Amino acid sequence: MTKRSARPRSPWTWLLLIPFLALAFPVLYARAQPSLFGLPFFYWYQFAWLLLTAAITWIVYALRRRP
Amino acid sequence: MKSRPDVVAIAVFIVFFALVTVLGFIAARWRRGDLNVIHEWGLAGRRFGTVVTWFLMGGDLYTAYTMIAVPALVYGSGAVGFFALPYTIVAYPFFYLTMPRLWNVSKRHAFVTTADFVQGRYGNRLLALAIAVTGIIATLPYIALQLVGIQVVISAMGIGGSGIGADAPLIIAFVILAAYTYTSGLRAPALIAFVKDLMIYITVIVAVIAIPWKLGGFAHIFAAAQNAFAARVPPAAPGSVILGPAGYWAFSTLALGSAFALFLYPHSVTGTLASARGDVLRRNAVFLPAYSLVLGLIALLGYMAIAAGVKVKSPNSAVPALFNAMFPSWFIGFAFAAIAIAALVPAAIMSIAAANLWTRNIYKAFLRPDASDAQEARIAKITSLVVKVGALAFIIFLPTQYAINLQLLGGIWILQTFPAIILGLYTRWFHHHALLWGWLVAMILGSSLFLLQGLKPTAPLVIGSFSAVVYIAVEAVIVNIAVAALLTVVLDRAGIRRGPDATVAEDYDDPPPVIVPTTTLGTTQPL
Repeated sequence: MTKRSARPRSPWTWLLLIPFLALAFPVLYARAQPSLFGLPFFYWYQFAWLLLTAAITWIVYALRRRP
Repeated sequence: MKSRPDVVAIAVFIVFFALVTVLGFIAARWRRGDLNVIHEWGLAGRRFGTVVTWFLMGGDLYTAYTMIAVPALVYGSGAVGFFALPYTIVAYPFFYLTMPRLWNVSKRHAFVTTADFVQGRYGNRLLALAIAVTGIIATLPYIALQLVGIQVVISAMGIGGSGIGADAPLIIAFVILAAYTYTSGLRAPALIAFVKDLMIYITVIVAVIAIPWKLGGFAHIFAAAQNAFAARVPPAAPGSVILGPAGYWAFSTLALGSAFALFLYPHSVTGTLASARGDVLRRNAVFLPAYSLVLGLIALLGYMAIAAGVKVKSPNSAVPALFNAMFPSWFIGFAFAAIAIAALVPAAIMSIAAANLWTRNIYKAFLRPDASDAQEARIAKITSLVVKVGALAFIIFLPTQYAINLQLLGGIWILQTFPAIILGLYTRWFHHHALLWGWLVAMILGSSLFLLQGLKPTAPLVIGSFSAVVYIAVEAVIVNIAVAALLTVVLDRAGIRRGPDATVAEDYDDPPPVIVPTTTLGTTQPL
């Protein structure tokens, strides 16, 4: 039986759950309006979360050694 | 499909194809190592820094799936095809969490494959064998998808006809791929990936600016696509540009199932383990989504093909047909070469990864335990050839309307290694026999559902008043975990002995930071 990880995990790691919650439920974003640059909401919402997910991952990486 | 060969396009295509072929053979000399050792041939010596890993994994993960299969599904079915975007977004937080752990434990114990890890973790040869076999068979349809990608661009240039002549270009491309993989190992696709990515980025930027401009903007493209879907009458399959409630479960299970499956594939693991440090992977979790942006833009090409009035016999030809309708011959040649190379690079890495599994976890573990390093490397090289022939068989015997179904079939299988590998990175709670039975039940269940659905990756699921269409892989892995959990309790109660665990908790963490002058960091390349 493995003991818990030798060093404590950064609490910021929990931020990585956000993209899953934002994208796992299409009921949240499967609609046409409001559109942006001709892209229906369904599409630009996903593209926006692409950028946000990269940003969140960068924050988690930058703060990984903070308690 | 063009009625006669497009000579200019073919000439440009051949020039670029020849360029990467030369690169493939030069690669053997790049960051020279002893290619008769499997670590060197198959993992390029675990020395790749952030930038090389970014190119290699980008070249590895974004394939004909991205260029051909996803836009084909969008062209044919609309919004549901966009599950690929959430898939390639949420895959990276998951990658950030799990893969540095796998890298650390693999580095410390010199594991080359996930089956090596499972052998070390559970001390059971049969479970390791199950992981290796699953990795190999799941890779075959994925390589097959790459071959479909090469096939559609070649036929879109008007080369083809009937009989043996029709397949000749594909076979030539295939032999070239096999030859440089054999001689250069993982260094070949890593070096070619630089060129491939550059070509893909140019193609995509030109396409997503020029085509909407010609077609009158995105609002017009989406309106035209919606009208085309609305005008469909049965027996044509329904479609929509906005996902309908009936598709919610399929969309999210396809996205999440694919995301959790992605880094279980042998070729993803190969790209992961070839990096120099855990932090190289974490940084790549931040920067690899740049490719997902490209994937999303390419997916939109499916709608552009509808708006442009492109009519094709198979949806898989939608993107090449769109390019034929929109661009001059020289650019068509360039773009098609980009697509073909984007299929060859991952096909090379996939065959290397499958070969590593065969050699280490089947040949050496069961057939020739006394094989020397040189024999091991030689068997791996030969196996990389055999695997590609196996992929051809999938194209011949599993004709699916959508190429993406080949990849999704691979996903159904590979996701069944999730409990042993990913859960195994965190806990040893599961009994190895229980994991084996869970795997077996889920493999049979998943494969049968895929066949019963007529080679389709989704199936209706009814539990009481709940009913939805879901990705078979997700259904099967839930059954897998449930069986494994139940049997773990039973086997432990019965006192069935567990195998030894060769790893300890610290093996999974990053090594303690060592203070070194920055100039000696060597393989690390700053971004």
